[in-house]
Amino acid sequence: MLNLSLKQLSQQLREKAFSSEELTRFFLDRIRKYNDSLNAFITIDEDTSIAMAKQADLKIASGNQGTFTGIPIAQKDIFCADGWKTTCGSKMLENFVAPYNATVVQNFNDAGAINLGKTNMDEFAMGSSNETSYFGAVKNPWNLEYVPGGSSGGSASAVAARLAPAATGTDTGGSIRQPASLCGFTGLKPTYGLVSRYGMIAFASSLDQAGPMAPSAEDCAMMLNVMASHDIKDSTSLPHPKEDYLASLDNSIKGLRIGMPKEFFGEGLDSEVQKIIEGAINEYKKMGAEIVEISLPNSELAIPVYYVIAPAEASSNLSRYDGVRYGYRTKEYDDLMDMYFKTRQEGFGDEVKRRILIGTYVLSAGYYDAYYLKAQKIRQLISNDFSQAFQKCDVIMGPSAPSAAFKSGEKKEDPLAMYLQDIYTISTNLAGLPAMSIPAGFTKGLPVGLQLIGNHFSEGHLLNIAHQFQLISDWHRKTPKEID
Amino acid sequence: MTISQDDIKKIAHLARINISSEESILLEEKLTGIMKLIDQMQKVDTDGVEPMSHALDISQPLRADQVTESDIRTKTMALAPETEESLFIVPQVIE
Repeated sequence: MLNLSLKQLSQQLREKAFSSEELTRFFLDRIRKYNDSLNAFITIDEDTSIAMAKQADLKIASGNQGTFTGIPIAQKDIFCADGWKTTCGSKMLENFVAPYNATVVQNFNDAGAINLGKTNMDEFAMGSSNETSYFGAVKNPWNLEYVPGGSSGGSASAVAARLAPAATGTDTGGSIRQPASLCGFTGLKPTYGLVSRYGMIAFASSLDQAGPMAPSAEDCAMMLNVMASHDIKDSTSLPHPKEDYLASLDNSIKGLRIGMPKEFFGEGLDSEVQKIIEGAINEYKKMGAEIVEISLPNSELAIPVYYVIAPAEASSNLSRYDGVRYGYRTKEYDDLMDMYFKTRQEGFGDEVKRRILIGTYVLSAGYYDAYYLKAQKIRQLISNDFSQAFQKCDVIMGPSAPSAAFKSGEKKEDPLAMYLQDIYTISTNLAGLPAMSIPAGFTKGLPVGLQLIGNHFSEGHLLNIAHQFQLISDWHRKTPKEID
Repeated sequence: MTISQDDIKKIAHLARINISSEESILLEEKLTGIMKLIDQMQKVDTDGVEPMSHALDISQPLRADQVTESDIRTKTMALAPETEESLFIVPQVIE
């Protein structure tokens, strides 16, 4: 059961090689065994998971199962799941039990999947190392002294250590792709609006997007089939016709034009990572792809623009945590103002406070034009760069992150160094484009991910391109040594 | 742009967050660093560029005003720190 793909799990459940209850217990046992070392999960609820598995087994017995019936999936703790504690990695929501399901969770429930538990994450998804969680840092299963990346670090650690067959994540500036790169598996951030944001705790609403995290592109395609849906509860959800992302996996990629942006291979990129990425692109060349040099001239501005737009939107979104309707409230206070001030002082961690303050600053009277409006204009220029690049190529390739995983604590006190982790991923969020990270090799025992960026709604093609690489490589099948 | 102690006081007030004086000193350096990063934007000529607020150019959809959800008031009220007879309780604001 340990290393079966989602497709194989589905098939073997249907053939009754094992029951969903056995499968779910198998992963719950692994979580119990390894979570003390990895801290990948914030909440597990064995009784609920097993009850769901028993329901799935009844469905399988009656012969009317779907593709996900009986398969356990870990959910990032940013998704509301009815009756489950949903903390978003924050003290502010330490005791928040979601009263309804996020659409992503509902879609998995409807498809028959088992909720295996809620995974750890950077507080309110703000971080690139999973060290800002109120519930403690997550460890990278390839080496416990290293970070798993973030913000979907718990999902990443769980997938890499096979504490779950697959997990959900969210990506505002790289939070699926960077941890997928650092932990050595496949992650996909879809086109903005393809997956509903309803019930997904908001960080930066014009950038947030949910996606799959799993060993292979085929697994991710199967998950995206369930996750992508038009949702009237999310006004930015797009009425895109339903696609079968498994259908295009086997298409030929002969003649594929791969754009290599020169800005992604310059200063700041680890030389070992560069070699691995160039090696992977060369494999594509052998498969009949053609390499085109492209330029994304404004990409160095992606980080400054992001650190205006994301904190601005976050400062607005997080104003809801006031200690009145839900979440943490300070114990002692004199009046309403005092209650707000102390609740927010005690309920938020340092990084979240920094971003709220920056966001408040750039939106405050007199600064709007110089910062927020300016950032929105440059966002347009960044988006234009991609439109031009896609006239010359079908897919853009480069590194997912500037280096392999770094040591815990190394960048924790240096926000600027941490922000650079997302230098290659942020621009796609600003442009709303789909992008993936797929395993491409190792440096010093740590995984390295290749990033694929496509045009809007090209998920099927991206998954096809990723799958073709995974047919000739086995980086995505490598697993870390079992932890002692 | 450097961030001063006065700026921190002002924005912390707007954001309704208490900041201790020790925190404020640490924040000055970190927020100034972030603003310096952000200031890289100022060198770009953006005359005539339309601001982009959204990844895809779509209009806000409308839907019929119909009840689609079941009543979860009891469940949501139970999440509040303090309630009384289906009201949220906060410190007195009107004398």
